[in-house]
Amino acid sequence: MNAFRAFILKEFRHILRDKRTLLVLFGMPIAQIILFGYAITTEIQNANIAVLDRSRDVRSLELTRTILASGYFTLNADVRSYDQIEEAFRKGRIKMALVIPPDFAAKLQRGEADLQVLTDATDPNMASTLVSYVNAIAARSGAQGKPPGIRIEPQMHYNHNQASVNMFVPGVITIVMLLVSAMLTSIAITREKELGNMEILLVSPLKPLVIILGKVIPYLLLSMVNVSTVITVGHLLFGVPMEGSWLVLAVACLLFVVCALSLGVVISTIARTQQVALMLSLMALMMPTILLSNFIFPISSMPFPLQLISNIIPAKYFIVIIKGVMLKGVGFEVLWKEAAVLAGMTLLFIGISVRKFRIRL
Amino acid sequence: MTPTATIVADRLTRRFGSFTAVNAISFEVRRGEIFGFLGANGAGKTTAIKMMSGLLMPTEGTAMVGGFDVSTEAEQVKRSIGYMSQRFSLYADLTVRENIRFYGGIYGLKKAVLNERAEHLIRDLGLDAEADRLVGELPLGMKQKLAFSTALVHDPAVVFLDEPTSGVDPITRRQFWEMITAAADRGTTILITTHYLDEAEYCHRISVMVDGTMAAYDTPSAVKSTLGVHTMDEVFLKLTRTSP
Repeated sequence: MNAFRAFILKEFRHILRDKRTLLVLFGMPIAQIILFGYAITTEIQNANIAVLDRSRDVRSLELTRTILASGYFTLNADVRSYDQIEEAFRKGRIKMALVIPPDFAAKLQRGEADLQVLTDATDPNMASTLVSYVNAIAARSGAQGKPPGIRIEPQMHYNHNQASVNMFVPGVITIVMLLVSAMLTSIAITREKELGNMEILLVSPLKPLVIILGKVIPYLLLSMVNVSTVITVGHLLFGVPMEGSWLVLAVACLLFVVCALSLGVVISTIARTQQVALMLSLMALMMPTILLSNFIFPISSMPFPLQLISNIIPAKYFIVIIKGVMLKGVGFEVLWKEAAVLAGMTLLFIGISVRKFRIRL
Repeated sequence: MTPTATIVADRLTRRFGSFTAVNAISFEVRRGEIFGFLGANGAGKTTAIKMMSGLLMPTEGTAMVGGFDVSTEAEQVKRSIGYMSQRFSLYADLTVRENIRFYGGIYGLKKAVLNERAEHLIRDLGLDAEADRLVGELPLGMKQKLAFSTALVHDPAVVFLDEPTSGVDPITRRQFWEMITAAADRGTTILITTHYLDEAEYCHRISVMVDGTMAAYDTPSAVKSTLGVHTMDEVFLKLTRTSP
């Protein structure tokens, strides 16, 4: 036990004396959450548009006013013809143009008014978002082009205002935990190898499991501190809801951190140098995690082989859990399957690393 | 086995697939002896040391270190040896005192004992002023001396020194050998590998490994006279050149 304490103490000293590690450990999570929270957003505000009003009556002016008052659009070009619209698109001054036909008021009376919406589809996501905004506004003001019949009334559950921060905070927590846990542990262990200290540790009576645990436990504690920070920032600064139980969330985070840490240990048994460990963590872990975890890109719309691969990405399961807890307020009675997969993966990684560590002796 | 032998190797063999790295070497090292373990790179020195320190299982043969069998009592073997490698093994981002306490700590020394030994060691090395400085800031020679003292902090019966003096200036090398001799006089058995053949003269007895076997095993002067040469360089050249 003395030996174990000495080891943990040493490990904390390494971390606390290394400015770079500290920066990665505590600076990066905060930077990431703020970056994702503020910069990456799928909501559009103040998109530049043009309105070609060919009826110029009370009705058409009213519609224009309503649309501009929504806050999503800013009138940025004065156009009198399709040619001018085309020119404004080409110069990048507008993202969307609205064409109100000459007989708008009369058709509206008969309930068959139509509007033309032109968008700059070089940015397809933005284009379709803008169209859906116009649709919604038009529907509300009674200028719906469709004849009355089936009326769809969408309701967005668990994220009523479709705030993208509610999507990104769980994603960022996942990425940050994985990065810090897996990358820093794998680097910390390979550093011992690279500097020749590992030989001394292996010659000493320390058991391999004690060496691994001694390396992992400090990072486990620090990662949990990190998770709390990121969740607190997401909750307080960005208003991410917390519908479920904090305890369930803590247990889930702990499970995922342990999973990521054991993955880091596996990497360190493969990599001989810190450089290799870093590359492996970034290329083999970070990229697939960001791309295939449902964090940014929906798995359901990926080709089948990629969907298959996504099943071995631990983050995919954790994102389901964390969203379930934070946004839907469900517990393990619903999420037990994902939790079980994570636990299984963790055991597998621990098994591999203990085995590999022994073989190296 | 002589009663005072701390290392007894008996037809110790290690094969990796079809390659025999160490081929049935037998030797004894007495308590308090400085035993030079010489040989060209790849002659099998490192493999032999790994087996004797419980890191690698022998394929055949046995080795007893400090009275324990390396094949079956690796745990006790590890407790009774110290090890210092050619690669620098102290932590540059820990202070002198922290390094000593860490290495003593992983050998399970009690806090009181450890504190006393650490202070004693710091005094002996004349490092009182530097005790709380980071090891990374010390000159290389001082680091090597500190590494050696640290390898002895748990008072092992045997110390393996794997090219401890490579890259060290002659004066420090000299001081280093004084420390080694002093430790041997206190009864610690020393097994040292080196590339500096003049250092072989400081050893009580030497062995020269060639292609996994022991080509010579005696006192330095006896080895020289058997081969009819005058210097260690000649011994080394004569023995290693016979191999294809």
